[in-house]
Amino acid sequence: MTADYFAFFGLQPALALDLKDLEKRFLDLSRRYHPDLNARKPAAEREAALEASAILNDAYRTLREPIARAMYLLKREGFDIGEQTTKDVPPELLEEVFELNMALEELKDGDTDALPQIAAARERFLASRNEVDGEIGAKFAEWDAQHSRDTLSAIRGLLNRRKYISNLIEKTNVPD
Amino acid sequence: MFQIEFGENDDKVVGIDLGTTNSLVAWMNLTKPEVLPGEDGDKLVPSVVSLTTDGAIIAGNAARKELIDHPDRTIYSVKRLMGRGVADVQDELKLFPFRIAEGSDSVIQVRLGERTFTPPEVSAFVLKQLKKNAEAALGAPVTKAVITVPAYFNDAQRQATRDAGRIAGLEVLRLVNEPTAAALAYGLDKRKEGIIAVYDLGGGTFDISILRLHDGIFEVLATNGDTHLGGDDIDNRLMRIALEDIQSEWKEDISHSGEAVQTLRRDVIAAKEALSFAPVVHLKFSWNGKSYDRELTRELFEGLIKDIVDRTLGPCRDCMKDAGVTPEQIDEVVMVGGSTRIPLVRSAVEVLFRARPHTELNPDEVVALGAAVQAGILSGTVENQLLLDVTPLSLGIEMYGGVVSKLIHRNSTIPASAGEVFTTGVDGQTNVLIHVLQGERELAKDCRSLARFDLKGIPPMPAGMARIEVRFLIDANGILSVTAKDARTGQEQSIEVKPSYGLTDEQVEAMIEASIEHAQEDLDAAQVAMARVDADGILAAVAKAQRDAAYDGLDGEERACIEAAIREVQAVYHSDDHEKIREKIDLLNEVTRGLAETMMNTAVRGALRGTHV
Repeated sequence: MTADYFAFFGLQPALALDLKDLEKRFLDLSRRYHPDLNARKPAAEREAALEASAILNDAYRTLREPIARAMYLLKREGFDIGEQTTKDVPPELLEEVFELNMALEELKDGDTDALPQIAAARERFLASRNEVDGEIGAKFAEWDAQHSRDTLSAIRGLLNRRKYISNLIEKTNVPD
Repeated sequence: MFQIEFGENDDKVVGIDLGTTNSLVAWMNLTKPEVLPGEDGDKLVPSVVSLTTDGAIIAGNAARKELIDHPDRTIYSVKRLMGRGVADVQDELKLFPFRIAEGSDSVIQVRLGERTFTPPEVSAFVLKQLKKNAEAALGAPVTKAVITVPAYFNDAQRQATRDAGRIAGLEVLRLVNEPTAAALAYGLDKRKEGIIAVYDLGGGTFDISILRLHDGIFEVLATNGDTHLGGDDIDNRLMRIALEDIQSEWKEDISHSGEAVQTLRRDVIAAKEALSFAPVVHLKFSWNGKSYDRELTRELFEGLIKDIVDRTLGPCRDCMKDAGVTPEQIDEVVMVGGSTRIPLVRSAVEVLFRARPHTELNPDEVVALGAAVQAGILSGTVENQLLLDVTPLSLGIEMYGGVVSKLIHRNSTIPASAGEVFTTGVDGQTNVLIHVLQGERELAKDCRSLARFDLKGIPPMPAGMARIEVRFLIDANGILSVTAKDARTGQEQSIEVKPSYGLTDEQVEAMIEASIEHAQEDLDAAQVAMARVDADGILAAVAKAQRDAAYDGLDGEERACIEAAIREVQAVYHSDDHEKIREKIDLLNEVTRGLAETMMNTAVRGALRGTHV
């Protein structure tokens, strides 16, 4: 349960990963650990293969997604990745959120005039998320080059902001 | 040593498609999967079970005949009840003549004549019939099987299927998802890379799976489906029309006569099947000297079932979305299940995926064939192929306020695991109750309750101090197990499991014993047969070893000892006492251990030399 996901794949901890290479490692390790290919071994080995196979799948799921990978690395480096704080949210967004909530209220009351405004807000949130993703990508490269805790701290802030924006996008996903 | 090396290879692992309407058993005949027919020559064993008036249980074709003569003693489509509670199946009860016994709570009890059975027991009778067919066809005992389940089956439904296997005397080596099995059967591994969609519309369930193929590895990307959608629903549509027609023509409601309804159902199914090959058919039905004849055009039929076919398309789109693929990216589409013979189903699939679906293999057989391939993978006779399947539903635990916290998301590759730390909320609290659920909804009441786990024996301490690490593991069968340990002491924590639906381990054990009692002679005979198979194995292996150079290296006494042990095995070979045969096999195994080790070491050295060159 405490296995190091990077070590499991024979990799050094890194935030920008070559996904083709990761997939190849995953498939090779699957051929080694999958319970189906260990079915005729003694019970203890079967048990161990099941454990290893579960960890392999959990690790692959975590490392192949950039956000999950970054969260995992932060946790591994001792960062607390609990609740987001509003300090990570840009002030101009807070204003947008206020207006969005008003529009959503109106929609709830049956006023469909608010729909274009919600759609426009959604576009802006999607654009901000793209922007954040770009920044996160740059920070990934920065951390991989020189393992600095300041970079990780910045990534944590960006991840919180991203989560906040994603929640907003979710909110604007109203049926037509 | 020889026993381990050679004896186990003699065990034949069969692949079983335990279907809603029909079931089949298949095996790997050298390199090719093959369906094994029953003694009557039929490959399809109807999933029908009947209790005869003299108290015997029959299954398959014999039982299907009883559907009309003794509908109250006969049951079909029991797969619809597997792993479900009485409250879940109320809709089914309106359409299917299940007789649920009074007092069934978390486990349904169905009545056949004067006896009651749980759905796994009923399914076990079908499995026993398949086991018997396979043993007769192969001339050897069959004790291990791969059984297929709909991909969208939840934990309780999977457990119920595994229980059925155990009750039938089968060691269930793997539950494999039907659509994935079908992909194996098609031998699509010939293609190095590609994306495959498997559309599986069976008698009672619908599954869609999307797989990516990489060099022999079938990686399921996503799966979706509906465990209550299938050919039965189409039959019910036609039944309703026919019953209404008959009511108005004959001024008689025949729907209360089980016998009449079953006869009509048979005729409706025949008309439906004929419509796949002809544009117009006649639905003919005679009862008590009256007859009914109605023309059915394909056009009318298609209008009637269009919404059922459309209901399969939503899960297909969701599945593509989850898999992150577009219709253009799908290279091959495989069709599974009898209902995919319907032209409207084929054209809907073709339009959706923009690809002509594969229909070369018999859609009734393809799942069983795939199960046999999987059996081959497990027993090592099929190499370079591997299935990486996923869990169809998210797994979560209930939090305060009835909200579900998801631990393992749907479409995660299995085996999969997740850990969670629990603590106490009150000073001195010694147990913690964990409610585990499956489903995609936010609230526990909208998800499927799997079980309640009671963590017991927590030492009393102030609230929030205890740290119990709980690990949830979904194995390659898609079945959950839970372990817990005290994070402070590292000690395993005891857990009491109360499954929400289905049988406890004790109940399954009791059923296995009951079924053994009923069939003690069968079991004895099977054990004797198995012991003889093992005796054949070791005698052949030792005979071969006697021609090896290592044998010449033994001294005279050792050789005499081995020869004596061979004679002892031969002497008891034809006795009916399997324990005596086993005893002599073990003796022979013991006296040849040194020889086997010498040979093994030589072989290993040879192999190592080979790899280093």
